[in-house]
This record gives sequence, structure tokens and C-alpha cells, in this order.
Amino acid sequence: MQNFMPWHGLTGGILIGLAAGFYLLSVGRMAGISGILESALKPASASFILNLSFLVGLPLGALLIWLISPQLVPRNAFSGSTATLIAAGLLVGFGSRIANGCTSGHGVCGLPRFSVRSIAATLTFMATAAATVFIMRHLVGA
Amino acid sequence: MPIVAAVIAGIMFGAGLTVAQMTNPRKILDFLDIAAIAKGGWDPTLLMVFIGALPMMFLAYVIQRRMRRPLAAPAFLVPKPSPIDTRLVAGSAIFGIGWGLAGVCPGPAITALAPTSGQIGSVILFVLAMIGGILLSQFFTASSTG
Repeated sequence: MQNFMPWHGLTGGILIGLAAGFYLLSVGRMAGISGILESALKPASASFILNLSFLVGLPLGALLIWLISPQLVPRNAFSGSTATLIAAGLLVGFGSRIANGCTSGHGVCGLPRFSVRSIAATLTFMATAAATVFIMRHLVGA
Repeated sequence: MPIVAAVIAGIMFGAGLTVAQMTNPRKILDFLDIAAIAKGGWDPTLLMVFIGALPMMFLAYVIQRRMRRPLAAPAFLVPKPSPIDTRLVAGSAIFGIGWGLAGVCPGPAITALAPTSGQIGSVILFVLAMIGGILLSQFFTASSTG
């Protein structure tokens, strides 16, 4: 557990929960990023500007942390080939919309309302993600 | 007003993902690597993120139940309870495979578009592929509900 960063994780998690809670209480919506992204791809939709505004905020939040303390910003460490990245992106985009939610929608927003759908979704994607990492790291990449 | 609230919520969310190191795919893959629990090197940072986030969101639902409407919108748009179906399980399974391949999910992907994160080429490539996946999913959506 040499890379475990419990306080960073806990502080960031609290911020994420406050952000999703603030979004619910102010705008009345779920901060599920895959759904927000899908609506932000439809300029004709009534909530287009609203969803786009949330998305623009995300990288601004990263910049804000960088301004406060550059050491807090993790350096990206993408591994894997271009083909893997493209496949991963396609699966993430496709799967999250078929399931109506991803880590934020089902995980952060769904679990604390004890939604059975979100519990099932979270258990399912955690299981297939862990299985994929096991195959890629210990069977294929070994 | 709702737009200002949305930008603030987005900034907080992106700041949280950044502080939690969740924009770094390595942190995600090292969490998902369950073989490392026994071998050593397992990274439970992502678990701490949920431990921090879930009680905050639970609190927000407690407050929401006492409110007639949101502060800056006419009504709450909260999904109604519905049963587990094939789409939910199949979609989540597919999402998980993609998440396990690259260690990136939608929130961190968009947040990592900030030029301070590095490897911007990989991030843009992932985001474009993810948008492609979202557009593809719309062919499988009979009655679209956003």
C-alpha cells in the first residue's frame, strides 16, 4: 500500500460529495457525469447550457487546485496502447449510457439513496473492471 | 442562476477528483487490482473517496426531503425507483470493462482536459472515443430519456 493516499482521497471525496449535493439542492439534478455529457452533446435540448456549464467547471476545478498547490495535481499516468485507449473510451461511453449512469451517477449519487438499481450497477461495474484488470495485468501482461 | 450553480458544482467536483488523485488512471487500476491485496501494492485511495463522498450526498438527500423545490430551479429531477433490468446490468458490465482497460471514467476524463494534468493527447483521444460510445448507445435507446 505504498501509494495509498488516504487523506487526499477522503478530502477529495468530501468535495465530490459536497459538489453533487450542492448540484442537487440548487439545480435539482443528479451529478451523473455520463448523463450530463450526453445532454451536453444535444444543443437543442433545454438543459444544454446547464449541462455544458457543469462540464466546463470540471477542468476549471483542476486548474484551481493547481493554482492553490501544484503538488496536489496528479501527473497523468496513462498506460496501454492507442488502440486500448480508444476501445476503453468507446466501452465507457457506450456502457454508461446503456446503464444510465457511471461511477458518479450510480456510485456517488445512487448509493446514498439506497437505490437498488445503483447498488446492482456499482457491484456489476466494480466486478467487471476488477476482472479486466486481473486479465490485463496478470494473465495477458504477465 | 442555475448556470452559475452548475459551474460552481462542476468546479467543486473537478477540484475533488483532482485532490483525490482520481484523474490519474494509475490510482484507479491499482485499486481495481485485487490480486495486489494479497501480493502487496494495493491502493485503496478510491475507497476513501467513496467514504468521503457518500455521507455528504446522504446529507444532501436528507435536506432535499425538507425542501419543496431546489434553490435555483422549479423542481427536483430525481429518478423514480425502478427495477433492475438487463440494460442496467449489461451496460454496467460493458462500462466496467472499459474502466478496467484504461482506468478512466467520464468525470476524471473531462477533468483531465485541464492542461495541468499532462498527457493531453491521450486524454483527448479517450474523450473523443467516449463521445463516440455515447453516440453509438443512442442507436440502442428506443425511448430516449436523457
